Amino acid sequence: MADTKELINALSKKHGIERKSLLPILQGIVEKENYLSKDSMLEVAKVLDISAAEVYGTASFFSFLDTKERGQYVVRVCKSMTCDMKGKEEILSTIESVLKIKIGETSQDKKFSLLETNCLGLCEEGPAMIINDDYFVKLTPEKIREIFGRYLRNEI
Amino acid sequence: MANNITLTIDGHQVTVDHGTSILDAAKKINIKIPTLCHHEDLCVAGNCRICVVEQVGKQTLTASCATPADNGMIILTSSPKIRRARKDIMALLVSEHNTQCTTCYRSTNCELQILSAEYNVDNSIYMSVLKDGDCKIDKASWSVEKDNSKCIRCQRCVRTCAEIQHVNALAVTERGKDMKISTFMHLPMNEIVCTNCGQCITHCPTGALTERRYYDEIWAAIDDPKKHVIINTAPAVRVALGEMLGYPVGTRVTGKMVTALKQMGFNSVLDTDFTADLTIIEEGTELLGRLKDALVHKKQVSLPMITSCSPGWIKFIEHMYPEHLGHLSSCKSPQQMFGALAKTYYAEKMGIDPASIVSVAAMPCAAKKFEANRPEMRDSGFQDIDAGLTTRELGYMIKQSGLNFQDLENNSFDTIMGESTGAAVIFGATGGVMEAALRTAYFLITGRNVPFENLNIMPVRGLEGIKAASIKFEKCLPEYSFLEGVEAKVAIAHGLKNARVIMDQIVAGTSPYHFVEVMACPGGCIGGGGQPIPTTNEIRQKRIDATYAEDMGKPIRMSHENPEVAQIYAEYLKVPLGEKSHHLLHTKYRKRNRY
Ligand code: SF4
Ligand code: SF4
Ligand code: SF4
Ligand code: FES
Ligand code: FES
Repeated sequence: MADTKELINALSKKHGIERKSLLPILQGIVEKENYLSKDSMLEVAKVLDISAAEVYGTASFFSFLDTKERGQYVVRVCKSMTCDMKGKEEILSTIESVLKIKIGETSQDKKFSLLETNCLGLCEEGPAMIINDDYFVKLTPEKIREIFGRYLRNEI
Repeated sequence: MANNITLTIDGHQVTVDHGTSILDAAKKINIKIPTLCHHEDLCVAGNCRICVVEQVGKQTLTASCATPADNGMIILTSSPKIRRARKDIMALLVSEHNTQCTTCYRSTNCELQILSAEYNVDNSIYMSVLKDGDCKIDKASWSVEKDNSKCIRCQRCVRTCAEIQHVNALAVTERGKDMKISTFMHLPMNEIVCTNCGQCITHCPTGALTERRYYDEIWAAIDDPKKHVIINTAPAVRVALGEMLGYPVGTRVTGKMVTALKQMGFNSVLDTDFTADLTIIEEGTELLGRLKDALVHKKQVSLPMITSCSPGWIKFIEHMYPEHLGHLSSCKSPQQMFGALAKTYYAEKMGIDPASIVSVAAMPCAAKKFEANRPEMRDSGFQDIDAGLTTRELGYMIKQSGLNFQDLENNSFDTIMGESTGAAVIFGATGGVMEAALRTAYFLITGRNVPFENLNIMPVRGLEGIKAASIKFEKCLPEYSFLEGVEAKVAIAHGLKNARVIMDQIVAGTSPYHFVEVMACPGGCIGGGGQPIPTTNEIRQKRIDATYAEDMGKPIRMSHENPEVAQIYAEYLKVPLGEKSHHLLHTKYRKRNRY
């Protein structure tokens, strides 16, 4: 919590404490902590002097601002139509078996979270996914095993 | 007249001020356009679209609440296209709705239900999208129940809590089909920063927000021969209850209300006004003490002193200004003074075992339900007030008992603790506590009546958000010589947005006042969160007018002249702020979380 406080302090110095600073501050927290904890949202409310409900309203509007605990690597597999038609189901089930977690879950070691996402704008090269800010396209089960193999061996 | 706008609505020309919405322009010529998200107390949201009209020459439909009238506009409010559009919008709203009107508390008083009938909505056009689990009702708060399955997401509650109360307890969360009106992390209403004021309830068009209801428990107590059930009724109830029972707004029904309550089986029907008068004595003494400490003993005291009879306001300051609770009067609200005395003084005098007393309060308020359940409020050795009812619940109880209310005779309150003055009656309106306090304080200090015609202190009355006034004490009685020539500065705020202005001045050290009255609800208790729905400024004003008429009709109009108040000091309390008072009538406040 002390770290979170410091982080939010630094972010508010950088982005200001107006209402419009809310979004960049929330993004800054997610960048460092993967998700917005209850305490971090309360701290933001305090720093900006707005209600906690307002902070949560904004946070819950954006799917990339998670309010549930997430792992170090957040995997988001595109669930939109094109990727779906290009074999997203098989990709998902491969990831589930490699990471041993289901959609919406976080691995026990807090390393991975698996989520779905709307269209990433990579339809032509689907099926597509992102892991944190890195994107991966033209996925196949082999490619999935290879990618996650690297992550699991910390070769990234 | 350059600022005027002339347009044509349904063939009639109408001229309005620049900036007037099409909706209001139509209202001016008695054309009613249906609305849902619109409320005259609140800023425009324009999200429900039920108010659409056709603007000749324009392809798309126009939301009349959100569009300013313009010169030369030709508007149709009831064309085939409009009827079809509105019917479709209604059908979509209904398809997302838990249409259980038969078991809904707002049935017959619901804007959605009324429009749905008016537009003859066919519930089979669209498939219901209500999911299992959507119908879970949040009943965790003592005051407010929240049922998302009845919510049409008009956001009137969100705007109320933000604009009128400056609390922002409710927000729009999630997005698209998952969008809902909720709290911080969907916490239950009792765990969030909420004042329980109930303004969100009275501004909600549907049954999504309601007060937590206790009247079945009260029937059970009445039905139990071993219980002695008493009720105290707040001043603002008698000027609004009539609205629940077929009377026009602003009708005073005090006498019939008393008769109804007696016939329903309450063992004693008493008046919160009695403890309102008592509040004036206790609070007035407290204020004079603080002034003396400041002026004579040069002590550091918290001034201005602020009234403490509005439990919504108390919870607000506990959350928002926890470092400044010293400004509050330590007096309990009249409801809680009544409760503490009912199970001590009343029980003793009447020879009744306090354990058998069930003490009910009929209030214009949602927050008083929470207040009754505060752990601080058990000074009689029992829970001082067992249940708080709203004016709405009381209206339903009277209907339920089959009484023909309008034909009832008038009756007066029982004794003891049923005597009141005009000063207590006006507690129900913004400025009323201040006026009552000034009437008594001025008399105690100078031995003369306040220098206003008929005791009517006009500067503290009315619907302006913050009112300020001053009164100079001259030719004081010897014991109050320290006030000679002192000009007491007072202020009155209603609606928590205005309370915040007062508090921010105090925090900044710039508050010029000695005494401040705050009521959480706009208009004071007459506009409380437990009052009949709807409440608008026009309705507030009529209830206020009725309140002052009730005051004028009272033979005694100053609290210190209430004979039962004199009696309780002589026989029981001894002196204001004495040991007994301290124990039963005063309380402490607690710091609460700010966010
Ligand atoms: S909110 Fe209105 S429409 Fe919905 S169930 Fe209740 S009365 Fe019926
Ligand atoms: S709870 Fe009531 S006021 Fe609030 S959005 Fe829902 S329907 Fe509207
Ligand atoms: S009861 Fe009052 S403070 Fe609480 S959510 Fe409703 S309007 Fe806001
Ligand atoms: S559909 Fe998957 S990236 Fe667009
Ligand atoms: S009343 Fe106009 S959009 Fe809702």
